[in-house]
Amino acid sequence: MDTLRQIRFVWKPLVFVASLVPFALVVGDLYEITGTLGANRIEEIQDRFGNWGLRFVLIALAVTPARNILAKPWLARFRRMLGLFAFFYVLLHFATWLFLDQGLLLSAIIEDIVERPFITIGFAALLILLALTATSTAGMRRRLGSRWQKLHNWVYVAAILGVWHYWWQVKLDASDPAVYAAILAALLGYRIWRRKKPRKQATVPSTA
Amino acid sequence: MLIKKAADIRPSEITSKENYLNRRQFMQAAAMAGGTMVAGEALPAIIPDERRAKLEGVVPSRFSTDETTNSYEDITTYNNYYEFGVRKEDPYRNSQRFEPRPWSIEVSGNAEVTGSFALEDFVKPHTLEERIYRLRCVEAWSMVIPWVGISLADVIKKFKPLASAKYVVFETLLDPDRMPGQRSRSLRWPYVEGLTIAEATNPLPILAVGVYGEVLPNQNGAPLRLIVPWKYGFKSIKGIVRMHFTDQQPRTSWDLAAPHEYGFYANVNPKVAHPRWSQARERRIGAEQGSGLQSLFAAKKQATVLFNGYGEHVAHLYTGLDLKKNY
Repeated sequence: MDTLRQIRFVWKPLVFVASLVPFALVVGDLYEITGTLGANRIEEIQDRFGNWGLRFVLIALAVTPARNILAKPWLARFRRMLGLFAFFYVLLHFATWLFLDQGLLLSAIIEDIVERPFITIGFAALLILLALTATSTAGMRRRLGSRWQKLHNWVYVAAILGVWHYWWQVKLDASDPAVYAAILAALLGYRIWRRKKPRKQATVPSTA
Repeated sequence: MLIKKAADIRPSEITSKENYLNRRQFMQAAAMAGGTMVAGEALPAIIPDERRAKLEGVVPSRFSTDETTNSYEDITTYNNYYEFGVRKEDPYRNSQRFEPRPWSIEVSGNAEVTGSFALEDFVKPHTLEERIYRLRCVEAWSMVIPWVGISLADVIKKFKPLASAKYVVFETLLDPDRMPGQRSRSLRWPYVEGLTIAEATNPLPILAVGVYGEVLPNQNGAPLRLIVPWKYGFKSIKGIVRMHFTDQQPRTSWDLAAPHEYGFYANVNPKVAHPRWSQARERRIGAEQGSGLQSLFAAKKQATVLFNGYGEHVAHLYTGLDLKKNY
């Protein structure tokens, strides 16, 4: 099998299944097969989905630097799937909050989104990821032309808002969000550094 | 962040509700038959130095709620005790090797009786009462917990505070070797809490030494902790080694950590939101019955009540006080 076929029929399915493991563990723990969700199950589910949403945003953002540094251009083929998994987990995080935490109580939901800044920015990040997901197909990419890249650069804003959202809601100890912030800073810093660096060759177009 | 199953508590170790209720009936009967007890040579310790030891002579209290109590497992594996770590499972995980002995409480400040008291001597003059109280955490979750403790008002009476004593301040043990959470600077150590004298001499607050009729587990603040049921949980300081009477309102630990978010009073109040989240509703831990998806949908949040529902006993303490400003 050539590399492209191997990616398509072996590696992509493997990454897909691996990306579903955190979801499967939540379901397994919910039915007390793989473990438990502890005393506050809804909060635990919400936290896990939120964490994985943020992790997949960072993993997707790590693809381009990894591709450049390792000189493995085929790595870019995983980027869309990883980005879609970021949206998948962020959406589950949001749905947990909406249906289970707030119990669809409209007044409380609106109050939270309007009055609690950390929820406002989390919601904004969700909307950005929704727009990126909706325009992630090859057809949309073709149709949007040069505007597609501009739109998809908003992933940086979503990532910053996501980390901020996490940081803002912790009670006191910010060591966990600080780890995410440091990784995000490195990923963004790499891009700034690359932009400033004089290009030696222009064979690999910078996409994201 | 995966929460691993708490393997150290076997299900067989957890007191079932039925057994627990049977024991209460038994103890109530024993208390009534107390006149026939013969004084032995060596009295057993009031607070045995043994994990999960049963406490004797516990009497029920009229202040107890009849709401469904949380399971022993929920109470002892999900709580905040930053001295043992900042996550909810940390106190349970990191406190198992902690030895709450020997233990003494230093009483100081504006009172006639001061000094250092061994735990047994401190507790001995008082009646052990079971107080089943609601606990409302500032993080918007709540439990119902059957504490065993002694009335704080009775304790304070013994020390005869002077008229100049306007506040009583409590301090937790400071010992980073035994309390790993104190090695990080999550809060300023030692943990400090306080009440006004009027609050402290109200009949509701207790100094708890047990839960579910047994000795208080380390993770819940052994051997001695405060319970103030109408205030957010962080007021109920654990592992107390010091009581100080003063005329100055103390700066408490959470107030020092985030003064815009946590004040001295910290009364449960659905109308005064935390700057970052609403306090209007709360999640009662354990409200989900069984497992699976339906159990999650069945568990609705419940409305939070002013003073956590203890207004009839404590509202008069705050007449004329702006509860919004004095959060």
